[in-house]
Amino acid sequence: MSFSRILLRSLLPLLIGIPILWAFNGELSSSADIILMVAGINVILAVSLNVVNGFTGQFSIGHAGFMAVGAYTAAKITVATNSIEIVGLPTEVSNQVIFFIALVAGMIMAALMGLLVGMPSLRLRGDYLAIVTLGFNEIIRVIIENTEFLGQATGISGLPRRSNLIWVGVGALVTVLMARRLVGSTHGRALLAIREDEVAAEAMGVDTTGYKVRAFVISSAFAGLAGGLLVHLIQLCTPRSFTFVKSIEVVVMVVLGGMGSVTGSIVAALVLTFALEGLRDAQQYRMVMYSILLIVLMLTRPEGIFGTREIWDWLPKLRKRVSS
Amino acid sequence: MTEFLQHLVNGLSVGTIYALIALGYTMVYGVLKLINFAHGDVYMVGAFAGLYIARGLGVDQEPSLAKAGIVFVGSILVCAALGVAIERFAYRPLRQRARLTALITAIGVSFLLEYGFQLPPIINGEVPFPPGPTPRFFPEPFARVDYEPFGVHISNYDIVSLVVAVGFMFALQYIVYRTKFGTAMRAVSFDSSVAGLMGINVNRVIVWTFAIGSGLAAAAAILVAGSRPSINPLLGLLPGIKAFVAAVFGGIGNVQGAMVGGLILGLAEENVAGYLLSSYRDGIAFALLIIILLLRPEGLFGRVQAEKV
Repeated sequence: MSFSRILLRSLLPLLIGIPILWAFNGELSSSADIILMVAGINVILAVSLNVVNGFTGQFSIGHAGFMAVGAYTAAKITVATNSIEIVGLPTEVSNQVIFFIALVAGMIMAALMGLLVGMPSLRLRGDYLAIVTLGFNEIIRVIIENTEFLGQATGISGLPRRSNLIWVGVGALVTVLMARRLVGSTHGRALLAIREDEVAAEAMGVDTTGYKVRAFVISSAFAGLAGGLLVHLIQLCTPRSFTFVKSIEVVVMVVLGGMGSVTGSIVAALVLTFALEGLRDAQQYRMVMYSILLIVLMLTRPEGIFGTREIWDWLPKLRKRVSS
Repeated sequence: MTEFLQHLVNGLSVGTIYALIALGYTMVYGVLKLINFAHGDVYMVGAFAGLYIARGLGVDQEPSLAKAGIVFVGSILVCAALGVAIERFAYRPLRQRARLTALITAIGVSFLLEYGFQLPPIINGEVPFPPGPTPRFFPEPFARVDYEPFGVHISNYDIVSLVVAVGFMFALQYIVYRTKFGTAMRAVSFDSSVAGLMGINVNRVIVWTFAIGSGLAAAAAILVAGSRPSINPLLGLLPGIKAFVAAVFGGIGNVQGAMVGGLILGLAEENVAGYLLSSYRDGIAFALLIIILLLRPEGLFGRVQAEKV
C-alpha cells in the first residue's frame, strides 16, 4: 500500500468526523452533550486499555492511575495559564491552543509514568503487571492526597470547561485509528505474537519486553488524554475520580467487548455508559454488578461479545458481494 | 536508641502480620501459579467474621481469654471455608483454561467481596450483614496492659500477636517440610501433572492449600484487629498488596521467603516512615516492589526458572 493511500486511510475518518462533530457541537441539550462526552472518554479508555490487555495479552488494572497523571498535568497547566493569552490570537482560539498543549503534556507525563511502571513489571509474565498497576493506582492516590501542590484530597477545582464534543470526538477517533493502524503494523503483529505465545515469539526473534513496554506506554498516554478531557468536562480534578472503581470499569468494558477487538471495546464502552446513566439510582450495586459480570463472563464466555473479531473484517466481504 | 528499639518492635509486629498474609499468596502461587487477588479480602472477611462471633459471644460486655480463643479459631474456620469455596467455584472450573481467565476471575472475586460487604444490610442487627461501608469497632477480647521496658512502648496485644504469629510460622514450616502432606504440596508445586501420576490427589492438596492460606489470613486479621480495632470492607486492600510485595520479595512460591520478606517489609516500612517520610508510608512497599522487580525479579530465595513450552 502506498504511503499516500495509508495517509488517506488514516485521515479520512477525521476529515469526515470533524465536520459532523462541528455540526452537533453546542446543538444538543446539555445533558445529552455530557453523556456523549462521557461515552467518548470511555471509548478512549477502553480502546487504549485494549492495546495492552487485548492485543498484547498482558493485564493492567490501573488505567485510572494514568488517567490521574494526565488529568493533573493538564489541570495544572490550564490553571497556571488561565490568565495568559497567546499574542495575536483571539481569546477563544488561544484558550483552545493552550488546552491542546495541556492535553499533550498530560499524555507525555502519563506515558513517562507508563514507562516507569511498565519497565520493571513487563520483563516478567503478565500477572506481575496486574498487581503492579493495582499498586500504582493506589499509590498515586496516596501521593496526590499528601501533596499540597496537587490540592490533596479536595483536588483542583474551578477548572474552565474546555472539553467539548469536538475535542472528545477527535480524541476518540484518533485513539481508534491508533489502535487500528497499530494492529495492522509490524509492531502490532509482534504484539499479537506475544499474546498468542510469548515463548514462541521470543524464539522468532521478537524483542518481547521492548514491544510490551512500548504498547504499555502508548496505552498509558491515551489514558492520560482521557483524564485531561474528563477533568475539563467536570471542571474538577480530585483523586476520587481516579480510584480502582474507574480502573475496573474500564477493565469490564474491555473484557465484555472482547479482549483484542477494537469494535468490542467501543460497543461495550457505549453500552456500559448508557446503561449506567439509566441505572443511576443503583449506584451502590455498580461494583458488585461489575465483579459478578467479570466472573460470569470468565466462566461462561471468556472471549466477550466480539472475541477478537472486528467490524471492518466484514467490510471487504460485503464490498466483494456488492461488486459481484 | 529508644527510638530505634521502638521502630524495631513496631516493625516486627507489622512484619509478622505481612508474613502471615504473604504465606497464603505464596502457597497458592506455588501450587496453581495464580496470584490470588482475593486473598487480601479473605483477610478482611476474617476480621468481620471475628467481629460477628465476638458480638455473638458478648465479648464487649465481659471479655475473657476463652472467648478470645473462640473468636480466633472461629474466624480461622470461617475463612478456611471461604477459601475452599472460592477455589471450588471460581478457580477450579478454569484450571485448564488460559491463565489470564483465572486472573480476571480472581480480580472479580476480590471486588465482589470488597463491594458486596458494602451493600445495604440484608440481615439487620447490632452489626448488620453486609456491614456497609462505615467502619466498625472490634471489641477488645481481653484487658489491655501496656509495658515500657527501656522506654519502648509495647502492649500485651503486641506480645500475643508476635508469639502467635511466630508460632504459626513454625507450625507451617513443620507442615511443609516435615509431613507427608507438605511433601505432596511441594511435589504439586514442582510439577502438578507428574505429582498426579505419582498417586498424589492434586485436588485435595490444592483445597488444603487454600484452607491453610485463608486460615492464616484470618489469624493475621484477628491479631491486627486486637490492636487496631477499626474495621471496614476495604481493609484488606493495602495489606493484601503489601503482603504480595513481601511474597515477591522473598521469592514467590517459597514459604521461607514469604516469612523473611514480610519481616523485611515491616521493618523497612516502620523505619523509613519513622525517620524520613511518614505520610508516604504506603508508598514504601510499592517502591520496594519496583526495585526488587528491577534487580532480582525471582526474589531473595527464588530460583531463576526458564519457561518451558
